[in-house]
Amino acid sequence: MSITSYSFLLFAGVLFILYYLIPRRFQWILLLIASYVFYCFSGVRYLGYILATTVFSYIVSMKIWDLKRRQDARLKLKKDEFSREEKKAYKASVKKKQKAWLVAALLFNFGILGIIKYGNFIVSNVGSLFGASGDDLFFHLALPLGISFYTFQTMGYLIDLYRGEYEPERNFFKFALFVSYFPQLIQGPISRFGSLSKDLYTGHAFDGRQVASGLQRMLYGYFKKMVIADRIITGLTTISGDPATYSGTFVLVGMIFYAIDLYMDFSGGIDIVIGLSQALGITLPENFKRPYFSKSLKDYWHRWHISLCNWFKDYLFYPISTSPAMLARAKKMKAAGHEGLSRRFTVYTATMVVWLSTGIWHGASWNFVVWGLLNGFFLLLSQELEPAYRRFYERFPRLEKNALWNAFRIVRTFLFVSLLCMFDYYDSVSTVIRSFIGMFSSFRLSVFWDGSLLAIGLTAADYWILLVSLILVFVVSWFQEKGRSVRSLIAARALPVRVIAWYGLFLIVILFGAYGIGYDATQFIYNQF
Amino acid sequence: MKAKKILSVVVVTVFVIGTLYLLQRLVMPKYMDDVVEGNFIAEYYNEEKDHDVIFLGDCEVYENFSPLVLWEEYGINSYIRGSAQQLVSQSYYILEDTLRYETPDVVVFSVLAVPYNEAPRESYNRMTLDGMRWSLSKVNAIRDSMTEEESFLDYVFPLLRYHSRITELTADDFTYLFHRDLVSHNGYYMRVDSLPAENVPEGRPLGDYTIDAAQMEYLDKIRTLCEEKGIQLVLVKAPSLYPYWYDEWDAQITEYAEEHDLLYVNLLAQADEAGLDFQTDTYDGGLHLNLSGAEKLSRYFGAILQDHCGLESRRGEEALEAAWQEKTVWYEEDKARQEAEIAAGE
Repeated sequence: MSITSYSFLLFAGVLFILYYLIPRRFQWILLLIASYVFYCFSGVRYLGYILATTVFSYIVSMKIWDLKRRQDARLKLKKDEFSREEKKAYKASVKKKQKAWLVAALLFNFGILGIIKYGNFIVSNVGSLFGASGDDLFFHLALPLGISFYTFQTMGYLIDLYRGEYEPERNFFKFALFVSYFPQLIQGPISRFGSLSKDLYTGHAFDGRQVASGLQRMLYGYFKKMVIADRIITGLTTISGDPATYSGTFVLVGMIFYAIDLYMDFSGGIDIVIGLSQALGITLPENFKRPYFSKSLKDYWHRWHISLCNWFKDYLFYPISTSPAMLARAKKMKAAGHEGLSRRFTVYTATMVVWLSTGIWHGASWNFVVWGLLNGFFLLLSQELEPAYRRFYERFPRLEKNALWNAFRIVRTFLFVSLLCMFDYYDSVSTVIRSFIGMFSSFRLSVFWDGSLLAIGLTAADYWILLVSLILVFVVSWFQEKGRSVRSLIAARALPVRVIAWYGLFLIVILFGAYGIGYDATQFIYNQF
Repeated sequence: MKAKKILSVVVVTVFVIGTLYLLQRLVMPKYMDDVVEGNFIAEYYNEEKDHDVIFLGDCEVYENFSPLVLWEEYGINSYIRGSAQQLVSQSYYILEDTLRYETPDVVVFSVLAVPYNEAPRESYNRMTLDGMRWSLSKVNAIRDSMTEEESFLDYVFPLLRYHSRITELTADDFTYLFHRDLVSHNGYYMRVDSLPAENVPEGRPLGDYTIDAAQMEYLDKIRTLCEEKGIQLVLVKAPSLYPYWYDEWDAQITEYAEEHDLLYVNLLAQADEAGLDFQTDTYDGGLHLNLSGAEKLSRYFGAILQDHCGLESRRGEEALEAAWQEKTVWYEEDKARQEAEIAAGE
C-alpha cells in the first residue's frame, strides 16, 4: 500500500478516527493491529520475516535483561562474600554471556537482511569469479517492506540494552509495536527505543493543534512527493534509460534532476510519516535538515538521512574506533614513532567501514559500494584539508560571513553531492564514468533552449510547475534555515489567510500532483532499502 | 462569538466545496469538439421520457439507426442509449437506469458486444459511465467495468481523474463549464460523409467460437429485466461489415432467441433487403452507416418493429409532434452543416 494511494488515505483516516474514539489505554493495541494490517498489504508472505525478527529479538532482549537482573541479585546477595576481583570477574562473565546473545541476534537479523537483500549480489559476484553465470545462481526472494529500517531499529535497541542504557520492554506486544510501527516501515526514520516508546505506549488525547499541524506536514510531504518528485521522474527515467542518446548536457540535467527527485521523494515521504505520527500524538525524529543548504560534504551528512547516519555513528563508528584491538594497534603505531598515522588509523578505518556499510545498506550493487567509498574518501580528504581551510579563512576572515561566498559553497556542495548520486541514478559504475566524461566532452548549452528538454517526457507546463514548486520549497526551507517555522507563521495569521494557504496547497497537490491514470504510480525510492 | 465561529465554518465549507466543484467541472472533458460520443449517455436525461423503443448497445446502434426516421415513417418515439464500445454489462445497467425513468414497450439490443467481449478500456468506460446519473445502477456499472488501474473514487470525484487536464484547458472547457450543446439526435450520431466499403477483411478463424458465459449471463439479465417489466426484447445485429460477425456466433444468438421466444434480426444478412449500398451508405468503409444508410435501415427496421411488436403510430400526439418538430429542425441543421463542411473541403 503506497502512502500516496487512496487506500492508504482511507486506511489512515479510519485509523485516525478509531484512535481517538477508543479509550486511550487501548490506542497502542490499535496501532499494533494497524501496523500488521498495513504490513499484510505489502504481502502476507512477508509477515514471517518481521515476526522472526520480533520474536527472536524479544527473546534476546529478555535474556540480556535476565542475565543483568540475576547478576544484580547475586551481587546483592554476595555483597560481603565477593572480593573486588571476584566481582569484576563475575561481571565480565555475565557481560560475555550477554554479548553472546547479542551477537546471536545480530547474526540472525542481519543474516536475514543479508540473505534477502544481498544474496543475489554476493552469489552472482562469487559465481562470476568461477566463470558461472545465469539466472540459476540467483535467489528469487522479494524484499519485504522496510526490512532495513526495522532491522536497524531493532538492532539499535538490542545494542542499547546490552549497553545498559535502558530496561527492556517486557510486554511482547508492545515490543512488537516498536518494531513494526507502520509509518516508519515505509522509509524510516530509524527511531530509538528511549524516545519512541513513551509516545507509542502512552495514550493521547485529541489535540486539535497537534492534529492540524501533523496534517499540514503531511500535505507538504504529498506536495513534495507528488507534484515535484513524481513529475520530474519522467524526465529522469528517459535520460538514465538511454545514456547513449542522452549524453553530454543531458547528464548534467539528469544529475541535478535526480538530486532534486531523491530529496523531494525521500523527505516528502518522511514529512508524511512524521506528520501522520504527529496527528496521532507520536513524535518521530527528524531525518532531514535542509541538506541542500549544506556548505560542505560533512555538513551535508549531518543534514541528510540523519537517523541512519546517527545509527552508523553510534553502533558502528564508535564501537570500531574505540575497540580494544584498534586502540592497541594505534598505540603500537604511536610507540613506533608514527604519531600522525596512529592518530588517523582508528578514525580512518572506522570511517571507511561506516561508509562501505552505508553504501551497502543503500543497495546490493557495486554502484553503492563505490558511492559509499567515495563519500568516505572525500570526507577524510576534507578532514585532511581542514588546516588549509583554517589558514584560508584566517587570511580572509570576512569571507566566512560573505553571502556570495556561502552561496558558492552551497552550490558547490549540491553539485558535488549530485555527482555522487549518479552512482545511484545510472545502472552501472562504467555508465557513470562514461556519462561523467561525456558531460564535458559533448556539452551543448543549446539543449536548454532548442527544445531538447521537451523531448524527455516533460512538457513546458511540467517545467513551469516544477519551477514554481521548487521556488516554494526553497522559500519554506529558507525560513526554516533561519529558525522560523512556516506552519507557525501561517498559524498566527487570520482565518482567511490560513484557509487560503493550506487549501491552496491542497489544491496544488490535487491539480498538479502526478498521480492517477497517465502517471506511473511510482514507489518511494527509499521504500525498499 | 459562537455565531461568528459557526459562520466562519460555513463560509469556509461553502468556499471549499464551491471551488472543488468548479474545478471539477472545468477539468472534466467536454467532448464537444471531437469524440462527441462522450456526451451521448448524459443527453438522455434532458429528454421527455416517454419512449416506445429504447435502443441499447455500442456504435452499432448509435450510428446505424435514426430515431427521426422511425418517428416520421412509423410514429415510433425512440431513443438510443448507446456509447462507444459499450459493454454488455454496461448496457444492462443503462437499461436498469432507463427503467428508473420510463418503461418502453420495446428494447432493441445490439448483440455485437456479446461475443466480442472486448476488455474494458478506461477511456471508453469514462465516456459511458461519466454520463450516467448517480444511482445503484451506476455504482454497479462502475464496479463491473473498472480496469485494474481505475479507482472507484475517481468516478465519485472525477477531479482526481482529470486533474492533469488543468495544463491542457481550451476555450471549450470554459464555454461548456455549465452546459453542453446537443450533439446527438435522440442518441443517434449523424454522419453524412461517405467512404465506400472496399477490401473488407474476412474474419480470421477462431480457436473457440463459444460465447463467454459471463457475457451470456448479462444478456440473460437484460432479458429477465425486460420480462419483469413487460417489455419486448428484440435482438439485432447491425449491418456493419466489420468487426466480423461469425456464423457460429449468429447460431448461438439465434438459438438463445428461439429458446426464449425473442425476435432476433440479423440486419447484416438483410442488408440487401434494406436497400443498403455499401458504396454510398457508409462513412468509414463498412464499419458504420452514414446518414443515408441509417435512414434506409431505420425505414426497413421500423416496419419490422411495427409488424412484430405491434407498435402503433403516435403521430398526432400534440406534445410529441411539437418535440419532434424541434428535433427535425436540429436534424436538418446538422445535416446541412456537415454537407456544407464537406462541400468546403472539396
